[in-house]
Amino acid sequence: MTQTSEALPAFPMTRPTPFDPPEGYAAVRDAGGLARVRLWDGRTAWLVTGYDEVRSLLSDPRISADRGHPGFPFPTAGREALERSGRTFVTMDPPEHGRLRRVFTKYFAIKRIEALRPMVQRIVDELVDDIMATPPPVDLVPALALEVPARTICRVLGMPFEDRHRFQALDHRRNTLTTSPEDVLRATEEMLAYADALITRKQREPADDLVSELVADQLGGDTVSREELVAAVRLLITAGHETTANMIAMSIATLLRHPEQLRELRADPSLVPNAVEELLRYISIFHISPTRVATERIEIGGHVIEAGDGVITAVAGANRDDAAFADAARFDLHREARHHVAFGYGVHQCLGQPLARVELQTVIETIFRRIPSLRLATDPESLSVKEYAFLSLTALPVTWEEQS
Amino acid sequence: MKITVEIDRCVGGGQCVMAAPDVFDQDDDGLAVLLDPDPPAGLADDVQLAARLCPARAIVVEA
Ligand code: HEM
Ligand code: SF4
Repeated sequence: MTQTSEALPAFPMTRPTPFDPPEGYAAVRDAGGLARVRLWDGRTAWLVTGYDEVRSLLSDPRISADRGHPGFPFPTAGREALERSGRTFVTMDPPEHGRLRRVFTKYFAIKRIEALRPMVQRIVDELVDDIMATPPPVDLVPALALEVPARTICRVLGMPFEDRHRFQALDHRRNTLTTSPEDVLRATEEMLAYADALITRKQREPADDLVSELVADQLGGDTVSREELVAAVRLLITAGHETTANMIAMSIATLLRHPEQLRELRADPSLVPNAVEELLRYISIFHISPTRVATERIEIGGHVIEAGDGVITAVAGANRDDAAFADAARFDLHREARHHVAFGYGVHQCLGQPLARVELQTVIETIFRRIPSLRLATDPESLSVKEYAFLSLTALPVTWEEQS
Repeated sequence: MKITVEIDRCVGGGQCVMAAPDVFDQDDDGLAVLLDPDPPAGLADDVQLAARLCPARAIVVEA
């Protein structure tokens, strides 16, 4: 792509509010679902925000997730360093991807994850106890949103609760868009060392957890190497953590901004699962991803993606496509939203989505039941997001009527 | 209705189990299992949704 890139819109684009995707996403959608944008390093890539186009490209065998490809697009220098280092199955293509992903599918089967509900409920209840024992206002980002997935993944993988602050800090450095490439790489090395030590500990002292089971099932077999296991355990620690945390904070904020629908939800908890699907769609915390590169020429939406072109399938745009969701800008917890692409699409579609759903459903049902007078302790306009790989609220201060 | 699952394409995740739990399940490896290749007409909507949600396009439904 040689044509002058200065004239193209810059990517990432800014959001008007935490709750609305960049205005540029709609303009791109109207132009056939995709258009070219300019990246930080002067290269160009295709931004895709049409629902059909995103689904079609994410399931197209001519599209690759291989970060080693020279044409692969990145939003910042730090992200480039992060994504190009350390291979996991997220960055592999079939058939190699399937060989590794299938090692992990059994641990995330629906029924297995459903059995974790009581454990997640206990974690949420303990956190809500602590919140209610604190005089308001309380910032729900550290007090609830970050804690639920961190504690859950500790229990699932068999890590001590105390370790969570260590991997939270590392993960935060990795996901901050402005972190320098050197620092991102250091944080990744530390995460890998942590995962390696965890595997060694479970080899010596197996317990009733996923990593022990993984070690027993796989280590010494010929499907995966130890190095691949370490990288995959690192992935499991991080993949479900900030993603779910940011969804929790944004979900609570979204419901507080729609008090009538929140009243309905409180009156009828059977609405919670569908409300969670609508929250996943409406919020779409993958605001600037997933990303891919074309390995062959692809004609789509009246455009031609050439082999080697970078492709950004912004699911936050696809999930606001009126052609797939009537009046898509409207939050409506009654709508059919299950076909959203908040978890991606194609072979890389989120492996941990059953766990994310259990956590989100439990948090939302519990917090509004136990603290019915919960409300924002700040002007809704003052809520802001960080420069972050995921849509991430800076803070969520809330208050409530104390019953004394 | 005639349903087939191209199991080589399956990537787990269980979208089909969520959409149509009477028709799909997962085996010990987390991969899809077809419980009923010819379910009653009342389940047609659920089955269509399962086919639509399947990220690997592994589910084929013939009328
Ligand atoms: C609301 C929370 C979550 C959201 C929105 C989310 C979203 C996503 C998305 C969009 C992808 C696809 C990335 C791509 O195509 O390049 C993905 C992949 C993945 N997610 Fe999640 N995720 C969430 C929670 C979790 C949890 C709780 C776990 C597990 C503990 C998890 C584990 C994974 C893994 C392992 C992959 C890679 C799958 C593959 O490449 O085959 N995620 N996630
Ligand atoms: S939805 Fe498709 S990929 Fe997912 S478990 Fe069912 S058949 Fe497999």
